[in-house]
Amino acid sequence: MLSFLARRSFHSLIVLFVMSFVIYGLIGLMPGDPVDLMISADPEITSEDAIRLRAIYGLDQPLWSRYLHWLGAAISGDLGYSRLYAQPVWDAILPALGNTLGLLISSLTLALMIALPAGILAATRPYTLSDYGINLAAFAGISVPPFWLGILLILFFSVTLGWFPAGGTADAGGATELWERLQYLVLPVASLTIAGIGGHTRYMRASMIEVLRQDYIRTARAKGLSESRVVLGHALRNAMIPVVTVIALDLGVLFSGALITETVFAYPGMGKLIFDAIMGNDYNLALVGLLLATALTLVGNLLADIAYASLDPRISYAELDQ
Amino acid sequence: MSIAHSPPVDTPTKIVFNRFLRHRLALVSAVLLGLLVLLSTAAPLIEAALDLDADAVNLFGRYSAPSMEHWLGTDELGRDVFIRLLYGGRVSLFVGLTATITAAIIGTTIGIMSGYIGGRVDALFMRVTDGVISLPVLPLLIVLAAIDLGKVGLPESMVDNENVSLYRIVAIVALVGWTTVARLVRATTLALKTRPFVLAAKAQGAGSLRIMLRHILPNLASPIIVATTLSVGNVILLESVLSFLGLGIQPPLPSWGNLLTGAQETIWEAPGLAFYPGLLIFVTVIAFNFIGDGLQDALDPRAQDRRGG
Repeated sequence: MLSFLARRSFHSLIVLFVMSFVIYGLIGLMPGDPVDLMISADPEITSEDAIRLRAIYGLDQPLWSRYLHWLGAAISGDLGYSRLYAQPVWDAILPALGNTLGLLISSLTLALMIALPAGILAATRPYTLSDYGINLAAFAGISVPPFWLGILLILFFSVTLGWFPAGGTADAGGATELWERLQYLVLPVASLTIAGIGGHTRYMRASMIEVLRQDYIRTARAKGLSESRVVLGHALRNAMIPVVTVIALDLGVLFSGALITETVFAYPGMGKLIFDAIMGNDYNLALVGLLLATALTLVGNLLADIAYASLDPRISYAELDQ
Repeated sequence: MSIAHSPPVDTPTKIVFNRFLRHRLALVSAVLLGLLVLLSTAAPLIEAALDLDADAVNLFGRYSAPSMEHWLGTDELGRDVFIRLLYGGRVSLFVGLTATITAAIIGTTIGIMSGYIGGRVDALFMRVTDGVISLPVLPLLIVLAAIDLGKVGLPESMVDNENVSLYRIVAIVALVGWTTVARLVRATTLALKTRPFVLAAKAQGAGSLRIMLRHILPNLASPIIVATTLSVGNVILLESVLSFLGLGIQPPLPSWGNLLTGAQETIWEAPGLAFYPGLLIFVTVIAFNFIGDGLQDALDPRAQDRRGG
């Protein structure tokens, strides 16, 4: 177990390391560079000044040498300064990270609370009206464009009914009461929850149907157990294994969903931060934000591996390592 | 005599076709999608027939309500919404199909080589596949969509081409979308390569390339078709998200995604502008998903058994 964990973490670190170079290179390919931004801000800069500035900031160096320089600084804790937020990158990211984690955890919890029972219900009554209904709803959930869902929620709950604010956070509105703060969370959380229900319902249903045809389920039924004991007591634990794995694997998808939701609702989380940083030529911030998002998905993959092997005693870590 | 009375035997194609017809939702979806493709393709004809111009700006007729002249009203520049939706459909469907097919070709090539050659090639390809799967797709696509093509070394004539956003999005979506097909093809190839017909071909002296193309590839058709159909929907969603964020298809070229870009600001004055493009994306994506589901049942009957059919 420990050697498995160590090896997998090592693999993840290598991927993260490779990605840091790739992302660094890609960000260098975005339009303009820091000196271009200075020139556009100050018309008095001559082209000789620009060359001198590029030399001072090391922008005339080849890519690998600039990257090594950045990496050295990053490892010693200096992630640079954010242009958009006018503060160190880390100080800009921390509150956004908290906001996003809050959004992700609450919407994932809600989505699972709806999707898992729905999937089990559909699986225990295959090819009935309720199965078709649940399946249809799940298909609708995975097919709806997430940003349009957000816009529709705004259209209905903000424009027509006027129940909830269309975006932003409580800080902008000067609200201090808990309820007023929560109001700003309702629509983003609802949007991300609805977007996630469909996929989880389909996984749960498929996995449950697969388990329900096993021999030990027939045995459990033959010895006279009630259907609910069979499903919840005997089948559920095994049916959950692939579902838990998929949930962990989908952390990256969830993060992409958060980026869209945060942008639509102007919610100050990591997704919107990364988007704004890329659009606003905030290179340092974009780089660190993207690396954090990559790290998050890699942790999800690691969790999926661990869950897969530790929930199913038939699978050993040694096998997974092949 | 008895031969004349035996019931006619269906060809495999006919069996598959009949099974597909039984999946009613898939059938309805196929008809609906056919209609959408037809309408979008015929956009210039419809435009001429209705005596409208998709690009005609009329600042005196902004946000007009649906009427006989403008079936779905007009947008913030007074352009006809219905015709622009049809033109947007051309772009969105084109991107969806070409990007998916490109991704399927990349995925099939990598998967079949990985599965058939095995060894180090397999290890390398699968590491790369695992790496791409484990990446946060959307943030990376945003970076890829934001890079300056001039800095990559593309000639200026290409960078300034007005359709460059179209090709760019096909390329970057294909770049991350091939992994599902690659894994599926690899797994199927692994199962196929020990089958007697492959061994027989090998015994006759057929080379690796010939075995892969002539003996294995045809047998991969069903899984590839199913996986590709199911991913068209995802690709259209990705295109619409990127275009919505202002990074995909660039106006004035309309796509269903970029038609929604400004919709959030005009949502109070013209809610319809925020509604129709999204509805078309939704209908198209769900239709592709139902068709994929139907094809899966039709091409792989065991899949339906496994799912409790």
